[in-house]
Amino acid sequence: MTSASTRTLFEKIWRRHLVTAGERGLPATLFVDLHLVHEVTSPQAFTALAERGLIVRRPDLTLATMDHSTPTDPSIDDAKLRVLDPEGSAQLDQLQANCERHGIPLYAMGDERRGIVHVIGPELGATQPGMTVVCGDSHTSTHGAVGALAFGIGTSEVGHVLATQCLLQHRPNTYEVQVDGSLPEGVVAKDIILAVIAKLGIGGGTGHVFEYTGEAIRALDMEGRMTVCNMSIEGGARAGLIAPDEVTFDYLEGRPMAPSGEAWEAALEDWRSLPTDEGATYDRTTTIDGSALEPMVTYGTNPGMAIPIAGAIPEDRTIEPEKRASFLKALEYMALEPGQQLQGKPIDVVFVGSCTNSRYSDLLAAANVLRGRKVADGLRVLVVPGSDAVKRQAERDGLAQVFVDAGAEWREAGCSMCLAMNGDQLAPGQYAVSTSNRNFEGRQGAGGRTFLASPLTAAASAITGRVTDVREVLS
Amino acid sequence: MSARFERFTGTMAPLPIQNVDTDQIIPASYLKVTDRSGLASGLFCRWRYRDGDPEGERNAGFVLNQPQHQNARILLAGDNFGCGSSREHAPWALVGYGFRAVISTSFADIFRSNALKNGLLVVPVTGEVSAALFDAVAADPATRVTIDLESRTLSLPDGGEAAFDVDPFARRCLLDGTDQLGYLLKQAAAIGAFEAEHPSRLDTRSA
Repeated sequence: MTSASTRTLFEKIWRRHLVTAGERGLPATLFVDLHLVHEVTSPQAFTALAERGLIVRRPDLTLATMDHSTPTDPSIDDAKLRVLDPEGSAQLDQLQANCERHGIPLYAMGDERRGIVHVIGPELGATQPGMTVVCGDSHTSTHGAVGALAFGIGTSEVGHVLATQCLLQHRPNTYEVQVDGSLPEGVVAKDIILAVIAKLGIGGGTGHVFEYTGEAIRALDMEGRMTVCNMSIEGGARAGLIAPDEVTFDYLEGRPMAPSGEAWEAALEDWRSLPTDEGATYDRTTTIDGSALEPMVTYGTNPGMAIPIAGAIPEDRTIEPEKRASFLKALEYMALEPGQQLQGKPIDVVFVGSCTNSRYSDLLAAANVLRGRKVADGLRVLVVPGSDAVKRQAERDGLAQVFVDAGAEWREAGCSMCLAMNGDQLAPGQYAVSTSNRNFEGRQGAGGRTFLASPLTAAASAITGRVTDVREVLS
Repeated sequence: MSARFERFTGTMAPLPIQNVDTDQIIPASYLKVTDRSGLASGLFCRWRYRDGDPEGERNAGFVLNQPQHQNARILLAGDNFGCGSSREHAPWALVGYGFRAVISTSFADIFRSNALKNGLLVVPVTGEVSAALFDAVAADPATRVTIDLESRTLSLPDGGEAAFDVDPFARRCLLDGTDQLGYLLKQAAAIGAFEAEHPSRLDTRSA
C-alpha cells in the first residue's frame, strides 16, 4: 500500500473530488468537473429529471454533442435524415430540446465545434489534468490521456450527474501498466494497447484504473496517448491515466477552454503536482517491452483476441479447456481456422475513424502510407474524421485530397462504422480492417467481421485489399 | 425507482459463453429509443433470430428459444458478463424480457453498476459453483435455485449454499426499493459547500 505521504496520480485526483468519503460500505460522493453528453445515452436521463421536477445543477460543467447516430454522408441534410432515419432524427431533436431547456451548450449538426465526444473534449481544452470527467459512453477513458480521471457511466448515472454534478462511487484499485523501451518502426499507440489487452485479457482490468507509465508511453504524443487510454475499457478498466507532462501542457496551451494568462500559470503549478509520487505503489503492476512489439491485429470477436500481424491464430489445443468453446465460436463467426495466418486475408472494407483513431495524427499516418497510391479494386475505404475541426484541418493540409485521390470516401465527422448506428455498416459476411475499438459480433453491422488494427495497418491493407503488414509497404 | 428485490426462486437459462458483450445483449440499432420500451424484443436478437430480426425465423438452438428454458428468470452466463459498451439498455432489455438476476463468475464494472440500478441482481459465484450450476441445468432444466439478497446466499441444487458478494449500498437500495438519486439529492448542502471551496477552472459555455 501507498504510505500517507506518497500517492499515485489516481489517488490524488480521487481525494480532491470527495464530497463525502463514503464509509461503512457506503459509496463515496465524487464531484464531477466535466460531464459530456450525447444523443444516445441521455434521453431517459433527462426524462428522469423531468419526472422529479429537477433542473441541471451545473450546465456550465456540461457539454453536449451529436455523434453516435449522425450521418457522415455529406449529402444527407436534416430533411433527408428525417425520412431516412426518423428514430435517429427524433433522438437528435430531443437532445436539442433538452439542452435548450437546461441551458447546456450543444454542438449540433453544422456547428464547427461538433465531433465525436472523446475527440472534441481534449481538442477544445475542456478536458484538463486532475479533472474528473464522465460521459454515458465507455470510451470516456480516452480523456485519461491528459491526466484526468475519466470513465463511462450508465444512463441512470447520467441523470445523477445532471441533477447533482456528483456520482456515487466505490474506490477502484490501481493497476500500473508499464511499457518500456522505444517502439520499432511501424508500431504505434494502437499496437501498444492491443498488446496490453491481449496480455491482460478483456476482463484483466476489472475493478481497476490503469495508469500507463514507462518510456514508450512518455514518448507518445497526446493523440497517441488518447488511443491508448481510449481502449482501457477493452481491458476491463473503466479508466486509464497518463501523468501530465510537458507534452500535455504544450498540447493544452491556447486551446479555447484551457485556462489562459495568470490562470494558466496557476493551473500549470497545480498540474505539475499531480504525477504519481516516487515510492507510491499500485495494487497491481505489469510490464511490457515496447521494443519487442509488432503491429497487432485481432482475429476474433473481442479485442483481447489479437496477434502480431506476422503471426498465426492460436491452435485450439493451446487454449485453456474452459475457454475453448468460446474461442471456437469466435472463429466460426469469423470463418477462420485455428493456426491460420491473417496476413494476406482478403478484405472488403477499410474503416479509418472512431474515438480511438480519427484524430489528425491518425489521418496523417494513414495518408502518408496512401499518398500517391490507389486503394485496391473493389475495396470500400471510409475515412471519417473525428471532428469537424479535424476534417477542416485535413482538408486545409491536403490529407483529404490524398484519400480522395487514392479512391477512399472522405466523410463528415462522427462515430460512423465503429458502431454502425448511422447507416455506415458492413454487409453480412464482409471483412473489414478497422481502426475502431470493438470487434464484437455484428458490431460494425449484422454478420460483419472486424479486424482491429492501427491506422498504418489499415492504410497498408487498403492498398492491397488484404490484411497487410505496413512494414512491407514502408520498406 | 428500482423494483424491490428480496428473495427469488426460479429456473436458469444457461448461456455458457465467456465475455458476453453488451452489443450481443442489445445491438446498437436498438439504441435510438428515447424511452425504455421495445428493448426486450432486441435482447440477444443476433443469437435468437436467424437474421438478427425479431420478425424473422428463430434459431431453435439458442437457449431463449428452447421450450425447457422459456420461463427461466435467471440467466446463468460465462465469465466477464456484460463487457463492452456502457449502454444501460442492456439491463433494461434483460429486465424487460423478464430476467431478475444474472449468475456469473464475473461481471464488467459498468454493467454491474447499471444492473443494480434497475433491479437486476448480479450474483458472482466461484468457478466451481458456476460449473456445478451448468451441470445441474444440463441434467435437469427444471433445476431451481433461490437467491436471497438479505442473507446474500444462493441455495444450490445439491442442498448447499454459496455466499455471494454484492455492493452493500446497492443491496440496501434493492431491499428497500429506493433509488440512488434520492440519496444523492439529500447531499445537496455538502455538494454546495464543496462547490464553494473548489471553484472550477472550466466554463463549457465559454468556447
